[in-house]
Amino acid sequence: MSPPDDVLALETIGLCKHFGGLPATQDVSIKVRSGERRLLLGPNGAGKTTLFNLITGDRLADSGQIKLFGEDITRLPTHKRAHRGMSRTYQIITLFPHDTLEQNVALGLLALRRSRWNIFRPMAPDIRDEARRVLGLVGLERLASRPISEIAYGEKRRVEIAMALAQKPKVLLLDEPLAGLSSAERADIKALIVGIPRETSIVMIEHDMDTALDLAETVTLLHYGKVIVDGTREEVVADQRAREVYLGH
Amino acid sequence: MKRIVLLAITVALVFAVLPLFLGDFYINLGSQIMIAAVFALSFNLLVGYAGLTSLGHAAFLGLAAYLSAWLTTRAGLGHGSAALLSILGTVVVAGLFGLIALRASGLGFLMITLALSQVLWGLAYRWVAVTNGDNGMTRLTRPQPFGIAIDSAISFYWFALVVTLASFLLIAIFVRSSFGNSVNGTRDQSRRMAALGYDVWMIRWITFVYAGFWAGVAGLLYVYYNKYIHPTSLSITTSAEGILGVIAGGSGTLVGPIIGAALVTFLKNYVSSYLDRWNMLLGFVFLIIVLVMPDGIVPGVRKLWARLPGGRK
Repeated sequence: MSPPDDVLALETIGLCKHFGGLPATQDVSIKVRSGERRLLLGPNGAGKTTLFNLITGDRLADSGQIKLFGEDITRLPTHKRAHRGMSRTYQIITLFPHDTLEQNVALGLLALRRSRWNIFRPMAPDIRDEARRVLGLVGLERLASRPISEIAYGEKRRVEIAMALAQKPKVLLLDEPLAGLSSAERADIKALIVGIPRETSIVMIEHDMDTALDLAETVTLLHYGKVIVDGTREEVVADQRAREVYLGH
Repeated sequence: MKRIVLLAITVALVFAVLPLFLGDFYINLGSQIMIAAVFALSFNLLVGYAGLTSLGHAAFLGLAAYLSAWLTTRAGLGHGSAALLSILGTVVVAGLFGLIALRASGLGFLMITLALSQVLWGLAYRWVAVTNGDNGMTRLTRPQPFGIAIDSAISFYWFALVVTLASFLLIAIFVRSSFGNSVNGTRDQSRRMAALGYDVWMIRWITFVYAGFWAGVAGLLYVYYNKYIHPTSLSITTSAEGILGVIAGGSGTLVGPIIGAALVTFLKNYVSSYLDRWNMLLGFVFLIIVLVMPDGIVPGVRKLWARLPGGRK
């Protein structure tokens, strides 16, 4: 049963993308309800990150449609999608290495304010306060004044998430938020993701099954750029093709 | 920011008193250093803060200078309106050049800016009817801001000092503003900036035009000082000298371009009166800077300072 369209946070319809002769995304249609927690699964090269890049506008789709709360955003530039409530994190840490943690998160906050165009005034102090508050949420307030280059990898992962959360997104795309973390750190991040309010719909790429399946309500399995299985967690876990392609045993 | 303003004004006051004890040669050297400094400051907005290395920034210096020269001699305008129109014209051309050059970044951007500036250089050389070609435009005059003549070495020096101080402060404010923060962001992580909601292209374009504006201001100082303008002012050599100053002093720092511009101008004008091969010395000096302080003089000195016992990190 597909949900009624009026509560869809994010929808892709027949999305296609080729890189040269290589089809990276083939006819991908997914529907993400408002507040849903969706997991994107698939072997390496299945086209998960490409799908993210299409959704955020980093790359433009060859054909198909992307809708955000019913609005067609297929051709909308990346930055405008952010202003409509879309945030993402990156599989490969993409932070501002020379800046402090506070400055990193503050840049995320400034991005959505008109004052970002002001060439005469520095960032308002309340942006910095808010940045520190958000860093507090991810347990990094004590490091707020340190440059990114001086903190540990696991902490950078948390800054990635803090930057996205600071924007209070309606749709949050998490690209392997647990990649390269120790089991203790993974538990921390998991708790963090569980704590994200329901106003935010989440689409997550993650390979760590134990954690990821716990977080997900619905799962989409991609293989060679195509949707193989799409359904609730229980349906996908029980699915024969999902077992063959990805879950194993 | 208050600290920077106070510091800048204090330093400017010291430099305002200095020429009272110096001969005209040194006063003129000081004026030339300030002209190069304003140019380097504007160049640094692109190279240091926006991460956009251009080889055609002299186009805006030369264009403003030519416009002013042409408007005051051929069009018979007064200096005030000529200055305004020159800057306006430069900003418009910077806007157009930005539209073309910012289709690329990195090497592509560098080559397009170079090509565009060479077009202006070629025009200045060949369009003899307007620019007087290789002979340059001569017998130009200096303006009289608020009725004060700036024809003597020392009065021009003070005029240049006021303009330099204003340029420095406004550029410092720009760099530290909200917008300046986003300019830095587009340099370090342009993809992330777009994903966060910043219009990366627009940020770069505005920075490009703003840098063009200040290069135009440097161009006016340049033509007022020399009372003469030649196609060389638009050439790649002028751009290269500017960028050398930025890199030597420390790109992406506030004071670095001023120090670097002073160094280049000093070597070019002072040492060249003793050494025919001053270019070689310039080369050696840069080699040493790159080897000892790869980030430039200002960051290099800062690092040394931090290493001193009791120095702060």
